[in-house]
Amino acid sequence: MAGAATPAFRLADEGRRLELSGDWVIEQDCPAFTALRQQLRQAQPTRLACGTEALGDWDSALPAFLLQCHAYCVEAGIDFDTAALPEGTRRLLGLATAVKPHRPSPEPSRSLLEALDLGHRLQEGRKIVRDHLEFIGEATIALGRLLTGRANTRREDFLTFIHQSGPDAFSIVTLTSFLVGMILAYLGAAQLAQFGAQIYVADLVTIGMLREMGALMVAVVMAGRTGAAYAAQLGTMQTREEIDAIVTLGISPMEFLVLPRMVALVLIMPLLVLYANVVGIFGGAIVAAGLDVSFIQFSQQMTNVISFAHLGTGLLKSVFFGLLIAIAGCRAGIQCGRSSAAVGEAATRAVVTSIIYLIVADAAFNILFQELGI
Amino acid sequence: MSERRMHIHVDQLTMAYGSNLIQQDLDFDVYRGDVFVIMGGSGCGKSTLLKHMIGLYPPAKGEILYDGKSFNRASEQEQFEMRRGWGITYQTGGLFSAMTLAQNTALPLQQYTALGAAEIDDIVAYKLALVGLGGYQDYYPSEISGGMQKRAGLARAIALDPEILFFDEPSAGLDPISSQLLDELILEMQESLGATVVIVTHELASIFAIASNSVFLDAETKTMIDYGDPKILRQQSEHDKVRKFLARGGTPGGGPA
Ligand SMILES: Nc1ncnc2c1ncn2[C@@H]1O[C@H](COP(=O)(O)OP(=O)(O)OP(=O)(O)O)[C@@H](O)[C@H]1O
Ligand SMILES: [Mg+2]
Repeated sequence: MAGAATPAFRLADEGRRLELSGDWVIEQDCPAFTALRQQLRQAQPTRLACGTEALGDWDSALPAFLLQCHAYCVEAGIDFDTAALPEGTRRLLGLATAVKPHRPSPEPSRSLLEALDLGHRLQEGRKIVRDHLEFIGEATIALGRLLTGRANTRREDFLTFIHQSGPDAFSIVTLTSFLVGMILAYLGAAQLAQFGAQIYVADLVTIGMLREMGALMVAVVMAGRTGAAYAAQLGTMQTREEIDAIVTLGISPMEFLVLPRMVALVLIMPLLVLYANVVGIFGGAIVAAGLDVSFIQFSQQMTNVISFAHLGTGLLKSVFFGLLIAIAGCRAGIQCGRSSAAVGEAATRAVVTSIIYLIVADAAFNILFQELGI
Repeated sequence: MSERRMHIHVDQLTMAYGSNLIQQDLDFDVYRGDVFVIMGGSGCGKSTLLKHMIGLYPPAKGEILYDGKSFNRASEQEQFEMRRGWGITYQTGGLFSAMTLAQNTALPLQQYTALGAAEIDDIVAYKLALVGLGGYQDYYPSEISGGMQKRAGLARAIALDPEILFFDEPSAGLDPISSQLLDELILEMQESLGATVVIVTHELASIFAIASNSVFLDAETKTMIDYGDPKILRQQSEHDKVRKFLARGGTPGGGPA
């Protein structure tokens, strides 16, 4: 058919007849069903027949339109007579309506008012907190079993995770902590130079790295690297029914999957932080050298300020940070949905949760240390 | 058949994900030595029923009894012992992708027995050979074909000579010959182990070849609409749906020859 005719419909015979005309093809600007729905709503027929005398070409555009019409008719109790439609359209429509469309259960269709319902939100918030606490509690019990040698944990797994979270993370930890050391030095130097007190850059860098930045930077790197990896690994196992298999073998996923990851990270974190401290202070010393504080002066000043308290606070933090990252990552993975998209969400959730955990925990630690005067 | 002894009793079971009702009022028995098929259209809740039967999900209502004992009300130790007698394969594999076939098959043995490493190796080799995977011990699941993965799952499931075997669509995605071989393997296991088999499948050829009893779940009414030997249901079911479902496959036993 050359010179395609514009597709259109007309409701005739007091709404009892749907007359289709023109070429109902995708390239044409076919009418939307909403227009027909409005007309049907007004006319309120009990029966709707189709008229196709003026209908030209058609492709998927036509059955797509008619399918919506069919759904409306079912809903409104209109008897939809498709006898006059082209044979092909009728068959396609028949196939498309053979299986009832899936309807989610009533619950998800909450009204706006309910969605805003504070009581409900509070309840959900409480559930999330309880879930977290439950997970942490279970992990602690599993840890207890590990310490008494009764946990079902494979040694090979444990070594793999040590390797993944330790040596494999070396280069990125080197880079970030070196740069953070430099940043601290520059930041301090600009201020201290005003009083001719550049030498105190060494104090600033040393204390800054030991107490705060070393642990925090390594933790952020590990949250993005290892926490997300844990979530993705466990999430994938969830989608492939591997975790179901573990449970039905009578093995606790907590002991078998979560524990080796958690212990590996908790053991590795302080070591990485120690290393990061060294690299960061070195980075600071290089910047200081450029500001007329020689290496010798810097190291003398550094040895003066280093104390067990500074070092210890950083390392203590790192152990807790490791624990929190592992918990956030593993929890996100274990509670992952069953689709591949859910695995991505789990990884994102792992990183976001760990960073929130980290910042809250860091603040709490600093307040605590301040109060204790450490 | 007066000596048929009841093995699993599903008692007024209702299953739901949150508030999403999947099936309700399921009530049937599986007898010892049965090959019991769970049938029904896609998405009607067959896998869900199987997961309830293996205790992964708690029932929303009702109970599942094994030799008269409820799994959900049993203590942790009792659950552990009940699970020892079950072998399970999953619809999407469930093989541990980070472990070789040998390690996969060895895991239940390590978990439930005090066997030494060498003895476990021997048993693993035998189980893998049984499913036609001799020599594949050191392969990872990703390195073998889909059909082989199904059989590897079977090897892990039979590692402990289970009393009950649960299979979720063991032959889905296999060519007709392989799926017939798998059917034969399942029957062989069932006979030689004297096991009870609960199997979810759509494959009519398998259903007629191996089933001795079955239940038909319906997605629309959300309950079981028929229960009995599928060969009989095919002729005599009062439900059109069931007869249609079963008739699609032609004559009984008319599978791949
Ligand atoms: N983990 C889950 N959470 C929520 N809903 C689920 C979950 N698993 C399955 N469902 C829903 O439960 C219903 C039944 O699913 P199930 O996997 O039991 O079907 P099935 O009968 O095994 O289908 P198939 O033959 O395709 O495997 C589906 O509608 C599905 O959307
Ligand atoms: Mg299924």
